[in-house]
Amino acid sequence: MEAKVASSVSSAGEGKLLALVIWMILLVVIVVGARRWLPELASEHGAGIDVMLQYLFVTVGGLLAIGHIAFGYFLWRFSGKPNVTHRLSSPKAERRWSLIPIVLMTVVAEGGVFVLGMPVWAKFYAAAAPPEAITVEVTAEQFAWNVRYSGQDGVFGKTAHELLSLNNPLGLDEEDAAAQDDVLILNELFLPVNHPARIRLRSKDVIHSFFLPSHRVKQDAVPGMTIDLWFVPTEVGTFEIACTELCGFGHYQMRGLLKVLPQAEFEQLIRDEPSFF
Amino acid sequence: MAEVTSADAGHAPQSFIRRYVFSTDHKVVGIQYFLTAMFVAIVAGLLAMLMRLQLAWPAAQWPLLGKLFPGGMESGVMKPEFYLSLVTMHGTLMVFFVISFALIGGFGNYLIPLQIGARDMAFPFLNMLSCWVVVPATLIMLASFFLENGAAASGWTAYPPLSAVEQAIPGSGMGQTFWILGMALFIVSFTMGGLNYFTTILNLRAKGMSMMRLPMTVWSLLLATILGLLAFPPLTAAAVMLLFDRHGGSSFFLPAGLFFGNTLLPNAGGTPLLWQHLFWFLGHPEVYVLLLPALGIAFDVLAPSTRKPIFGYRMTVYSFLTIGSLSMIVWGHHMFVSGMSPYVGEFFSIGTMLITIPSAIVGVNLLASLWGGSFRFTTAMLFALGVLALFGAGGLGGIFLGTATSDIFLHDSYFVVGHFHFMIGGVTLFGLFAGTYYWFPKMFGRMLSEKLGKVHFWLTLIPFYIVFFGMHFLGLGGMPRRYYAFTEFQFLQEFQGVNVFITICVLGAVQFLFLFNFFWSLWKGPQAEKNPWKATTLEWEAPSPPPHGNWGASVPTVHRWAYEYSLLGDPQDYTPQTTPPGTGGVTQ
Repeated sequence: MEAKVASSVSSAGEGKLLALVIWMILLVVIVVGARRWLPELASEHGAGIDVMLQYLFVTVGGLLAIGHIAFGYFLWRFSGKPNVTHRLSSPKAERRWSLIPIVLMTVVAEGGVFVLGMPVWAKFYAAAAPPEAITVEVTAEQFAWNVRYSGQDGVFGKTAHELLSLNNPLGLDEEDAAAQDDVLILNELFLPVNHPARIRLRSKDVIHSFFLPSHRVKQDAVPGMTIDLWFVPTEVGTFEIACTELCGFGHYQMRGLLKVLPQAEFEQLIRDEPSFF
Repeated sequence: MAEVTSADAGHAPQSFIRRYVFSTDHKVVGIQYFLTAMFVAIVAGLLAMLMRLQLAWPAAQWPLLGKLFPGGMESGVMKPEFYLSLVTMHGTLMVFFVISFALIGGFGNYLIPLQIGARDMAFPFLNMLSCWVVVPATLIMLASFFLENGAAASGWTAYPPLSAVEQAIPGSGMGQTFWILGMALFIVSFTMGGLNYFTTILNLRAKGMSMMRLPMTVWSLLLATILGLLAFPPLTAAAVMLLFDRHGGSSFFLPAGLFFGNTLLPNAGGTPLLWQHLFWFLGHPEVYVLLLPALGIAFDVLAPSTRKPIFGYRMTVYSFLTIGSLSMIVWGHHMFVSGMSPYVGEFFSIGTMLITIPSAIVGVNLLASLWGGSFRFTTAMLFALGVLALFGAGGLGGIFLGTATSDIFLHDSYFVVGHFHFMIGGVTLFGLFAGTYYWFPKMFGRMLSEKLGKVHFWLTLIPFYIVFFGMHFLGLGGMPRRYYAFTEFQFLQEFQGVNVFITICVLGAVQFLFLFNFFWSLWKGPQAEKNPWKATTLEWEAPSPPPHGNWGASVPTVHRWAYEYSLLGDPQDYTPQTTPPGTGGVTQ
């Protein structure tokens, strides 16, 4: 009984309904997507990442729109047709039609990577931090961020695994003169505004990831590695640091704060912080 | 060549055990894979529902659930480590024990011999063995929930040190070891099955079934199999190394200076990144192992549903080949911010964007296959159209993640979760449903209820878009994945409403409609004829369900390709592959 239904032409209604739904989906995606979802921008290179994202919203979003409109149109146009109106294209026509996705994807996807992506990537990753950058060491552990400043001497004291303990969370070497003025702060990272900041990222136990949503910074902290990254915060204020690599049961509450201060205030604050030893 | 297996194929084994339990018949093995996948899907689906409960109403009290899970939900409140076990096991079970089982094990076993005109697989005994190895694999995976510290909780990616060090997380106790063993057995099973598919497709095709006459499903399964066979060995090696790190004192993935609690671990010399490379060397091709068969099925369902040949058969085959080759060299796009060299990152980014080209060709060909058709909106066709829709939207979302620069912001966010649910969740699931509604009559000799099927389709499609498109937007808001709750961060507060909305879409609960339809129709569905969809491919030439040996006295001979619909001069609008030239209209 149902087999008969299957081999006979379906009424146009069902196909047109699906076409409407497909168009509706596109409309809803556009309306919802028009809201600003990205967190407020607060860093220099982040503007480049946002441009990359905007470019993809427009081009890839455009492809999504074309796809949905065409899909809906095909369904609408051929629903309820009792006979096949176009059977088979020639191999040549099929090859020719393939040129459209080839050209489109090459331009949109590869073009985006080469023209917009690579310069930003190179600035964030491949370029060394400017010499005037302030260097801060951030060591992740379950489930906290240890922030270390080098103190007045500008040199980080030596650390050693053997010295690690609950009282000495970084294993700082007391014998080392450079370690004497190192400043250690838990879960709070202070940086001066509009000044390049170089972060030396480390981890003591498992992999964590250092995520500053507003600054478009995300970098895994890997045990056994010291990973450098640098960026320029452009807004004064307090921002959240989140962990974005599964690191244990407290992953969801591994929260730190980034406090970006005017230069003078920052210098004062670091001077006033007591050193670790 | 098909006569090779005909000696034993003629006589069906008589005992119940040889016939339905330890059977070497590819059809029984396929159905066994299916039923296993369905069973695991119920478990893995329920895990997802538990996760959604927690995400919508964090740390709410569910006294009844407290009784069901005394370990993980003491007094009815979910523990964070239990939530992470749910995340881990939902992912692992769905990817390997549901989608792989059903698409590769189920459809692969059932369809390959029938669609190429063979009497059975090349190695029927190996086939049975492959199927029975998944039983302990599945049982070990599921049993891990009942261990003292619960199931593995380091994510389906199992990154060490979290997965290697017992102190790192409760799930890193025996749960993680069980996870490794379960995966190892899964790989053993896949390898046996894969060798079988590969050999069967290359050697047992019926007379006249040239490669370019194969249905797309067989092509896609062949390529998926090759990919799996090439990509799984590195994961096997990695799993053995992880096992040694956990229980043998080695340090493949563990560097010096690991400090847990108040203890310095003695390990030194390893690197956690090595695991990521080995894992994703499998992990990325695995995506295509699952995607390709779903796409192949969509093509094969669309042709009889539009009464016309598919568009761009050759270009699609070439695109599948290109996707397969490229998928082996883009694994690093999962590791852009992992600490891997940024120069390598750009290489992977460029390679990943290359994959969008053949993928877009496949999408365009699926779409163009509709042009000029005379549609039959069966449930199978609706789901095949769903494959097209989700493949388009999901694939385009992938460009955001494959572009290294935008991935800096989106990596490990809900954008990723939304994206892969569109692809290895949605495309594959819709492909599975399309295939099941389409081939169910062949498998069981009865039709599934079309009415229930259509309700199932609409109630799956729309919530699916809301749920997983919603997740894309949450990711743009910066929401990290694998969080037990979003209560601790200021910048995530505004999204809690979306999380509640996603949960009440009850996408998971709708799937019970399908289960009901499946089992109800198994006994009560109307009898299916031999070829209910008026399709051209070989499996429809066999009775429904086909007997042992599939073809009775003589194996069919193939005279034309798989998509001869609406041929000029043929009184009926389809010309089966077995129709000799000279009859049934002009040959392609």
